[in-house]
Amino acid sequence: MKRFWSANNFTLTALSMIMAVVIGAVLIIISDSTVLAKFAYFTARPSDAVSASWLLVSTAYADLLKGAIGDPAVFSAWFSGEATWQQAFAPISETLTYAAPLVFTGLSVALAFRGGLFNIGAQGQAVLGCIAAGIAGFTFGLPIVLNLIVAVVAGVLGGALWGFIPGLLKARTGAHEVITTIMLNYTAGLFLAWLVIQQGIQAPGRSDAISKAVAESAQLPSPGGVLRVHLGIVLAVLTTAGVAWLLNKSAFGFEIRAVGANPHAAKTAGISVAKTYVLLMAVAGGLAGFGGATQVLGTAHALTPSVAGNIGFDGLLVALLGRNRPWGTLFAALLFGALRAGGNRMQSFSGISLELVTVLQALIVLFIAAPALVKAIFRLRASRATGLGASLAKG
Amino acid sequence: MTERRLAFHHPPGSVTETREIPLKLELRGITKRFGDLVANDHIDITVEPGEVHALLGENGAGKSTLMNQLYGLLQPDEGQIVVDDEPRVFKSPRDAIAAGIGMVHQHFMLVPVFTVAENIALGAEEVRGGPLGWLDRRRSRRDVIETSERYGLPVDPDALIEDLPVGAQQRVEIVKALTREVDLLILDEPTAVLTPQETEELLTVMRSLTAMGKSIVFITHKLKEVKAIADRITVIRRGQVVGTASPDTSEEELAALMVGRAVNLEVEKSPAEPGDSILKISGLVVDDDRGVRAVDGVDLEVRAGEVLGIAGVQGNGQTELVEAVMGLRDVRAGAIHLENEDLVGRSTKRILRSGVGYVPEDRSHDGVVKEFSVEENLILDMYDRAPFGNAFRIDGGAVASNARHRVEQFDIRCQSPASLVGALSGGNQQKVVVAREMSRPLRLFIASQPTRGVDVGSIEFIHSRIIHERDQGTAVLVVSSELDEVVGLADRIAVMYRGRILAIVSPDTPREEIGLLMAGITGDTPEGAK
Repeated sequence: MKRFWSANNFTLTALSMIMAVVIGAVLIIISDSTVLAKFAYFTARPSDAVSASWLLVSTAYADLLKGAIGDPAVFSAWFSGEATWQQAFAPISETLTYAAPLVFTGLSVALAFRGGLFNIGAQGQAVLGCIAAGIAGFTFGLPIVLNLIVAVVAGVLGGALWGFIPGLLKARTGAHEVITTIMLNYTAGLFLAWLVIQQGIQAPGRSDAISKAVAESAQLPSPGGVLRVHLGIVLAVLTTAGVAWLLNKSAFGFEIRAVGANPHAAKTAGISVAKTYVLLMAVAGGLAGFGGATQVLGTAHALTPSVAGNIGFDGLLVALLGRNRPWGTLFAALLFGALRAGGNRMQSFSGISLELVTVLQALIVLFIAAPALVKAIFRLRASRATGLGASLAKG
Repeated sequence: MTERRLAFHHPPGSVTETREIPLKLELRGITKRFGDLVANDHIDITVEPGEVHALLGENGAGKSTLMNQLYGLLQPDEGQIVVDDEPRVFKSPRDAIAAGIGMVHQHFMLVPVFTVAENIALGAEEVRGGPLGWLDRRRSRRDVIETSERYGLPVDPDALIEDLPVGAQQRVEIVKALTREVDLLILDEPTAVLTPQETEELLTVMRSLTAMGKSIVFITHKLKEVKAIADRITVIRRGQVVGTASPDTSEEELAALMVGRAVNLEVEKSPAEPGDSILKISGLVVDDDRGVRAVDGVDLEVRAGEVLGIAGVQGNGQTELVEAVMGLRDVRAGAIHLENEDLVGRSTKRILRSGVGYVPEDRSHDGVVKEFSVEENLILDMYDRAPFGNAFRIDGGAVASNARHRVEQFDIRCQSPASLVGALSGGNQQKVVVAREMSRPLRLFIASQPTRGVDVGSIEFIHSRIIHERDQGTAVLVVSSELDEVVGLADRIAVMYRGRILAIVSPDTPREEIGLLMAGITGDTPEGAK
């Protein structure tokens, strides 16, 4: 217990989440005019305001949990035969569906960060992944399995290309990757918007900006029905294991970590810093591209200008929350996915806008990024375990 | 000492303060803890007016922590700082300066692009016309000239700091402290960056300051200087005062007190048996980071089984010379051969692989990755070759067993091989680097400042390993700005000055002569002085 109460990463993360939930509750209350009205006569009858607030907040968060993990009522209905198992597992399926691409983009950012690079370009790389995977998905018409593999590989290569460019620019000219990747994000987004209305890409007979649909054989297999979850999440877990191995056991991972922690010592020990940067950015780009590919092949099944959503930028937050460790990133992505899935239900059942979820995500990350704040609030014992502040300062 | 006039703007309240008796300082039971570590454990020290009080101790003994508390950078957990029989609390260096205590840090706190006068005024600027007024440069300049004349410390108020040699920069720091009218000066490892001549000058300055009633706390680990200047010596080990000594105490006794066991200060070695030429450098020209010529036509040869020492004040091209050999810096002209292989244009990795071991001069910058474990640092330049791994994967078992072996062999003091190198003391970090570079068959071993910031006990060990390497037939190149170290280790000494080798001399050459060469003064060109 004493150990728990020292300022280690786990405690800080947990406390950050609690703080975010508390502040979120306050926001829920003040954004509801009927509850707020009860506070007008708070001194006369405080119980009114308190019970109304409690009811509102508890229903909202209950809906969030039900939407993210599952509704006990539906489970009991399933046991008594009144609902299908698909309905019972639909919330989990939603969580995993939202989480899958975030795992990849989160890993992309985290891996680059371990090598000392701030990959803001996961968004652009994911968009390129979407484009390449989407086009491969509706163009080649290869047989089943092979078509999917080709489409996924195309997505990875697309993202890798978009990561390779800033890596090369940094290695050759010293151009800072933050600037170049931000620029490439715009380039990728605008290219996608232009591409989807071109002949041969745009779906025939459609006037809006949407491409042809990805062939069924190139789609990531999914149970179907209300369960949108697809093979992507399995690939995400496998990729996380792969990245963890790469980082901790492989020679390239050793180079990444050495260059990230002390490029001068790495160079002195004969590691080519430039080569590491280029290769690392290409691999990071490939991971983000993989994320884009799962989005198109698993969920969207066609290209639209917003097909990649915000997965690249969310990947930054996911990596931050996961403290740039592969498995941490996976769990952070699951948390973000759960918040998103639960937020949908909270919006439709409790009438609380989806933006609140974004605020919650932002608050969690904010508190994690400012460990001193959380430490001060909870008076945690000092600990050197929190490397994040330092690593952020370096980025 | 006449009236105490404050030369610069001071916080209200202190301006009227005058003192005619020189300052007496007492530290009573000072204790400072960092978590579980007790950096200072009930330290009592008294510094009498007008004395040079040497604080002797190994790296990490707690000297700097103690002085930082005295200078207001840290606050003691327990104990009192008593100035002239009055307990004082220093919340910041400003308080310490107001009480008459000044400090010259080991790393100078000067702005390179400012003039001497501007640097001295910095932090206590003469301002006219209220808080948003303009700087009174004329008065600052006058104050600098006055102080420098009063104490006999010549400085040019209009020179830019970056144009001054290190010794002069240090003088500026001392003048800066003196213009704040301090009566006690803390000098933190002041001679680490000086030539023997500059050191001699500094000692003279210290003597004249004490003659004027100033007290000096002199932090160092160099025994010779302590004996030459100190009136009293306090030895600190592991945060505790382990003894006080008079300057008559022998170096061996002082070293033993410092380390806690008997130490052999001489490097023990048999005469070298030089073999074939291993490293041959001819006509080497290298530029530094700013594109200024740093190595200007160097010819050198290192033979198997000998130690060639390069002596010289830092910044005379030694760093660039070694980096060029290691493929870390572009070669403008000239040739570098390792036996028959041309090293120019080869990658650092290939050079390391052709049997070269390299201990870089800046350990924490270039030598180790502090965020890595001891295990990982021990394979930093061998991670992708047998037996530790290949181009794809690293064999964790081989890495761990190697670490266990090296930790024992090189007496690396760490909790476990898995602990982070950043948590180790400087001496043990250096042993990690030396162990790594000596753990493969070598033809050439290059060590830059092999014992910088390393405690006496580890110095002895590292020196013996270097001689051991030589005796196995490796060609050894040692670069050091510590003349004692070069003389102790080398079989031949090359003196480097402004990018050139001025002379190659035997280690039996009188120190004075080598010192003059380091300052650029050769027998036939006396105008090379200054």
